[in-house]
Amino acid sequence: MITTTNLTKKYNSNLVLNIENLDIPKGQSFGLVGNNGAGKTTYFSLLLDLIEPTTGHIKNNNILVHESEAWKPFTSSFIDESFLIGYLTPEEYFYFIGELRGQNKADVDALVSKFEDFFHGEILGQKKYLRDLSKGNQKKAGIVAALIGNPEVIILDEPFANLDPTTQIKLKQIIKELAQEQGVTVLISSHDLMHITDVCERIVLLEKGEIIKDIVTSEATLKELESYFAGTQAV
Amino acid sequence: MIKHFLDLEWKQFTRSASFGKSVALKIIMAFFALYFIAMFLILGVAMYPLLKETLPEKDPFVVFNGFIFFWILGDLVLRFFFQKLPVMSVKPLLTLPIKREKVVNFVLGKSALSFFNFLPLFAIIPFGITLIVNDYDVSSIAFWMLAMVLITLIINYLNFIIESLTAETELAFLPIIIVAGSLFALNHFEIINFADVLSNGILAIANNPLFILVPIAILAVVYYFNFKILRKKLFLDSSLKSKVQEVHASNMEWTRFFGDVAPFMQLDLKLIWRNKRPKSSLMLMVFGVLYGLFFYPNPVYQDMEFLFAFVGIFVTGIFLINFGQFIPAWDSGYYKMLMSQNIKYKQYLKSKYTLMTMSVIILFVLSIPYVYFGWKILLAHFAAAIYNIGVNTYVILLGGSFNRKKIDLNQRAAFNFQGTGAVQWIIGLPLLILPIGVFALANYFFSFEIGILVLILLGLAGIIFHQKIMTFITNKYLASKYKMIDAFDQDN
Repeated sequence: MITTTNLTKKYNSNLVLNIENLDIPKGQSFGLVGNNGAGKTTYFSLLLDLIEPTTGHIKNNNILVHESEAWKPFTSSFIDESFLIGYLTPEEYFYFIGELRGQNKADVDALVSKFEDFFHGEILGQKKYLRDLSKGNQKKAGIVAALIGNPEVIILDEPFANLDPTTQIKLKQIIKELAQEQGVTVLISSHDLMHITDVCERIVLLEKGEIIKDIVTSEATLKELESYFAGTQAV
Repeated sequence: MIKHFLDLEWKQFTRSASFGKSVALKIIMAFFALYFIAMFLILGVAMYPLLKETLPEKDPFVVFNGFIFFWILGDLVLRFFFQKLPVMSVKPLLTLPIKREKVVNFVLGKSALSFFNFLPLFAIIPFGITLIVNDYDVSSIAFWMLAMVLITLIINYLNFIIESLTAETELAFLPIIIVAGSLFALNHFEIINFADVLSNGILAIANNPLFILVPIAILAVVYYFNFKILRKKLFLDSSLKSKVQEVHASNMEWTRFFGDVAPFMQLDLKLIWRNKRPKSSLMLMVFGVLYGLFFYPNPVYQDMEFLFAFVGIFVTGIFLINFGQFIPAWDSGYYKMLMSQNIKYKQYLKSKYTLMTMSVIILFVLSIPYVYFGWKILLAHFAAAIYNIGVNTYVILLGGSFNRKKIDLNQRAAFNFQGTGAVQWIIGLPLLILPIGVFALANYFFSFEIGILVLILLGLAGIIFHQKIMTFITNKYLASKYKMIDAFDQDN
């Protein structure tokens, strides 16, 4: 589904991302881990054509992302709070996103109603603007908005951060379902090794922009990652 | 400590993404400043001989003091629109070991260095010197000048009090206009003669320096009030956490009429209605429509036909200029999201275009009553409206592709009375000067009708080539996409 070839990103002469080759097949739940500055958000930004690659390219369903815009209809994302429109209510925001993705109000209502549990009664029908919600609730709204319109690729940057434990657990279920039952390709990044090993079939570890490990998740993965980040294991 | 603050200010200025643009603007501003300085200097030097000549039987010093009341009123109104309290991002400072008093004093102190406070000096000092040269008492003139400086500072701080009191309301500019207007009226109809009272007061200072304590006391009081207002705002919960607003939702089905542009139009309308800053540009429309009343009733302007075009462009285009120049910065907060969404750039821009066109049409309709002052005015307004739709909308959209300055709609930062500053008006100038120049030339060399025709033809050309021009503008936006995303991601 997503092929990355010879991708580099330089700021001035500083190489922040260098991925020679990375293939993510359709329906995979893919996790990205790494310390701050490892290049996770840079990779996602390149994938969404928010920044320009220095060399190389990413193909999303055989479409070159930095040349065509044809990948947009089937790709959705939530990177950070700047993806929200502060002066809309959550409902209005969902409808707006729905409209951009060719969904009518009924479609959006049907989808959103599935997440009432996830919202915990703090998002819908509150008569509040998104800017007045707490950080965690903003994140919930943003994540659900990324699920509108049956996307085939969903990109979530740090989805577990700022969420309360209950919601984190529910979010894990949602992500698992998406990948296993609906064949959606889900890309997430996280600093929470537990959650990410729980959710993702495959985990790639970045350090200083390079792929250090590419692991198919198993029982041993969490230990492996933990010992790597603790610095006890030679690479 | 002040050194640190100044250092922060300097870094904020030089390190922002819009630095290049700011410098260009600052240069234009500097030219304006020089112009005003020159005007005031001439005024100051020429004041004495001028007053002597026009009113030979009166004492020029006394006559001048009679004007002070009007100066104060005018200055207050002008400052309300053009001068804003210096903005400083205080949130990071709150948790550091810095006394709150210091931050407040710094911001207030910085405002005393405003250009608005120095400008009067260029008139007052030369006038004072000519007075001394003409055998007025040196010490009383010195105290008089000191009193003038104090009055300037009082106006300065009074303005901020007025602004902070009215900042929360929607028609923020109405109270100041009403108060200034009624003071003027009371004086004009001699119900209470403020001008005389004030003039006598100032003469009293010149005669007895002890009275200088009165303006000093007033200054201390207004400063103290400012201090208290700002001090209160310096707590996280009062200024950084904004009030939670109750939502008034409407589904705006009528926008469906505009087809696939509808979702963006709904978004834009909500943007304007729900955020203080764009909303103020809506409120300025009221001011814009009434603008013609400054000129048309006055017979002096009846024969200055190029003025009709100017007023026409201004009246029908005030929303366009105010709202348009911040495209796409209005959406800067969520620009990344828009760019990763399934949207057509063209639709996004088309929505802004439709909105501006609608405003021009509405404003033109509202300005039809000016026909009372002559049919030529109506004709000029019509031509100006066509020109605005056909040319100025594109110019401002194109200008937007160079926009690199973020607007924080959520405006949580303290001291942030976001509104209209002097800079904003300067960007509007080419939009006004170009059509007026074209019209004035055609009017001068040919006739009024030809001038009107030229404006209409230019406008029609723009409307006919709408698709082509929009495609061109869209490509400009696409070309600067990465730069815009990057700039809107920065905080200053």
